[in-house]
Amino acid sequence: MSRFSTGVLAALVAATMAIAPALADKKTNSIRFAYDQVVENVDPFMNNVRIGVIIGQQVWDTLIYRDPKTSEYKGQLATAWKWIDDKTLELDLRKGVKFHNGAEFTADDVVYTLNFVVSPDSKVVTRQNVAWIDRAEKIDAYKVRIICKEPFPAAIEYLAGPVVIHPHEYYAKVGPQGMNEKPVGSGPYRITEHSVGKFVRMERNPDYFKESPKPQPKIDKVEIRFIPDRQTQVAEMMAGGADMIMNVALDQATQMKAVPTLQVVSGETMRIAFLHLDTRETSTAPQLRDIKVRQAIMHAIDRESMVKQIVGQGARVLHTLCFPPQFGCSDEGAPRYSYDPAKAKQLLAEAGFKDGFDIDLYAYRERNQTEAMIGYLRAVGIRANLRFMQYAAMREANRAGKAAMLHQTWGSFSVNDVSASTPVYYKFGPDDVSRDPEVRDFLQRGDSQVDPAVRREAYRKALALIAERAYSLPLYSLTTYYVANKDLVFIAYPDEIPRFWEMSYK
Amino acid sequence: MLIYALKRLGLAVLVAVVVSALAFLLLRASGDVAIALAGEGARSEDIDNIRRIYGLDRPLVVQYLDWAAKMIRGDFGTSLFFKTDVHALVLDKMPTTALLALFSLIFALAVSLPLGILAALYPNSWIDRLCLALAVIGQALPSFFFALILMIVFAVMLRWLPVSGSDSWAHFVLPTVVLGYYIAPAIMRLVRAGMIEVLASDYVRTARAKGLSSRSVVLKHALRNALVPVVALSAVQLGFLLGGSVVIETVFALDGLGYLAFQSITHKDLPVTQAIVTLLSLIYVGLTLAADLANAWLDPRIRVGGGS
Repeated sequence: MSRFSTGVLAALVAATMAIAPALADKKTNSIRFAYDQVVENVDPFMNNVRIGVIIGQQVWDTLIYRDPKTSEYKGQLATAWKWIDDKTLELDLRKGVKFHNGAEFTADDVVYTLNFVVSPDSKVVTRQNVAWIDRAEKIDAYKVRIICKEPFPAAIEYLAGPVVIHPHEYYAKVGPQGMNEKPVGSGPYRITEHSVGKFVRMERNPDYFKESPKPQPKIDKVEIRFIPDRQTQVAEMMAGGADMIMNVALDQATQMKAVPTLQVVSGETMRIAFLHLDTRETSTAPQLRDIKVRQAIMHAIDRESMVKQIVGQGARVLHTLCFPPQFGCSDEGAPRYSYDPAKAKQLLAEAGFKDGFDIDLYAYRERNQTEAMIGYLRAVGIRANLRFMQYAAMREANRAGKAAMLHQTWGSFSVNDVSASTPVYYKFGPDDVSRDPEVRDFLQRGDSQVDPAVRREAYRKALALIAERAYSLPLYSLTTYYVANKDLVFIAYPDEIPRFWEMSYK
Repeated sequence: MLIYALKRLGLAVLVAVVVSALAFLLLRASGDVAIALAGEGARSEDIDNIRRIYGLDRPLVVQYLDWAAKMIRGDFGTSLFFKTDVHALVLDKMPTTALLALFSLIFALAVSLPLGILAALYPNSWIDRLCLALAVIGQALPSFFFALILMIVFAVMLRWLPVSGSDSWAHFVLPTVVLGYYIAPAIMRLVRAGMIEVLASDYVRTARAKGLSSRSVVLKHALRNALVPVVALSAVQLGFLLGGSVVIETVFALDGLGYLAFQSITHKDLPVTQAIVTLLSLIYVGLTLAADLANAWLDPRIRVGGGS
């Protein structure tokens, strides 16, 4: 469906809705949520897709919970925790929690789950989420210790995010495959049916423990249906065949505001966009090795206008390469590159590119934003050509040193700590195409020190250095648009996780 | 006839082998599977690990032979993405696609036969022009666009039919119309051309001269002969429908083989993509072979020509 036809459709539907009865699933107190990506395995350790994170949070619990409103850590399966030394975290566990199959939650579940996922044979897909764990040890039935490979203060954040706890006997018996077919967690929703690639059906867990920081679920049933085509999702919303969709494009969302049975909600996400530059000696665009050229790129792009006109409500311009609410993220002491095409031209001339140069700009999503940047770059003489491709292909080209300028984005796996963002690109990992040892050392310090003040300072220095040396141009945080039944009450959180357990109908 | 049949069979096997090898090589050339599998943020050791676990570090020829040998035994391997048996996955999705292809073929025939006959009976009349227009539109209109138009009208505005899914017969109506309409023009034009030729032939003139009713001449004498090539074309089109439903199944979120193909391509799930491509080309080759043999059996001129 073209943008135009969405508009026409929205207008037509708006006109007919006044008479047509609402087909919302309000009366059955259920939510039909449509999503474009398929999850290969709902076991949170066995998939790396967003919808997997969403399902994981409904069906499973974590040891610690981060309140999305206050960012405060609260006990979920654990009631208290403390660092015994730099590498050892001791946790007291909650009594009286039951898994969906009736099994009682104890230290055995924590120890088995963690030791299983860190073993190389477990073939977990989200290895980076558990790679910091060395092992877990049982102290008694309700006390465990988690030993990190090296000091890892962000552990709390990971334990409050992707690291869920499985029932040990069941998991040992059926393994990740069985967990996918008949999932068992302890969360506010339990999966009643999973038709791989088609839908996941869940119902309210009536025995969900009252002390959980996740409130008791109010919606009885949730169905997540996989609809790959975005336009089909829009049509389902308009036809009353779905109650909620997310990641709707800005212009479509704007047009759907005209439909009286729907509401459009936007929210900032943790996903940041940036121009990633290969500044190594091997770079296929040797121009980028000159800091003046990189600074010229920074001054050439009008990020303020882009945010206002094409990114959407809730987005903000960034000055350093991290999401501002993340622990350790700061732009203090980092230079501000204002939109100044004249200065950009002057910097280019100083660098010896008075007549500009040709360069390929690689991108994989939000093509309209890339195209806008190409316009800005061309205006100062940098003749950028769009190379649009799949994410994996683009990253592969960048890692192999074949793609020097990328319109990249990063969502930090919803982890609210800088250790999940900046180090991925600047700590000599495969995506580090600047290789600055000074930056790496600061990041390493931030990642491994226990004292929060020391961590903050180390990250601040690393971030300021990256900005000063113009290794990458931080653009803005991205927003996501949700379209939902107008009576559905929900909050759009930056971590892009719809919390069905909090939702209700008016 | 036997020699002709054997030659055709030999050719079909050769095509099948070449197609499977091509599919294997092209898919491998499309990028590094291990990186795709590892996903966002994976470290190089994770990628190496995946490469080793899935045997992606072996030489291509070894990988191909290993895969081909297993495939002949019906073992299509394990899906890299879903981590389940590809054989079971494909079998699970096959009925939806087969049903959609069959419905679409029936729909296409139901539309194209009467229209083709009418166009032949009244050549250059307004009916003929209308059929031509329908044929041109059918061949020119992108199927996904037509699908969305139907969706807007029948699902969103009129609310007669569901937008997407595969739970009931109603979910199949729109996809059937879109897919069937796409192949109808070819059949219609063949029926028209065949009918015009047959209607001008001597035996039809004789039939008319005998004083048989126009209805009997057209339906009993002419149509039967004009239908011979249509049967062959329909068989081939059925193969096309099985493969051509990738877009339609994706747009309508129909849980069939086409949708699975789309998913497997998106996730670089090589074993699944390979299995689907190979299976569909085998079906296509099989149907073409059957059509060739049927034609040769019906029309001796073909097997003489083919055997020479």
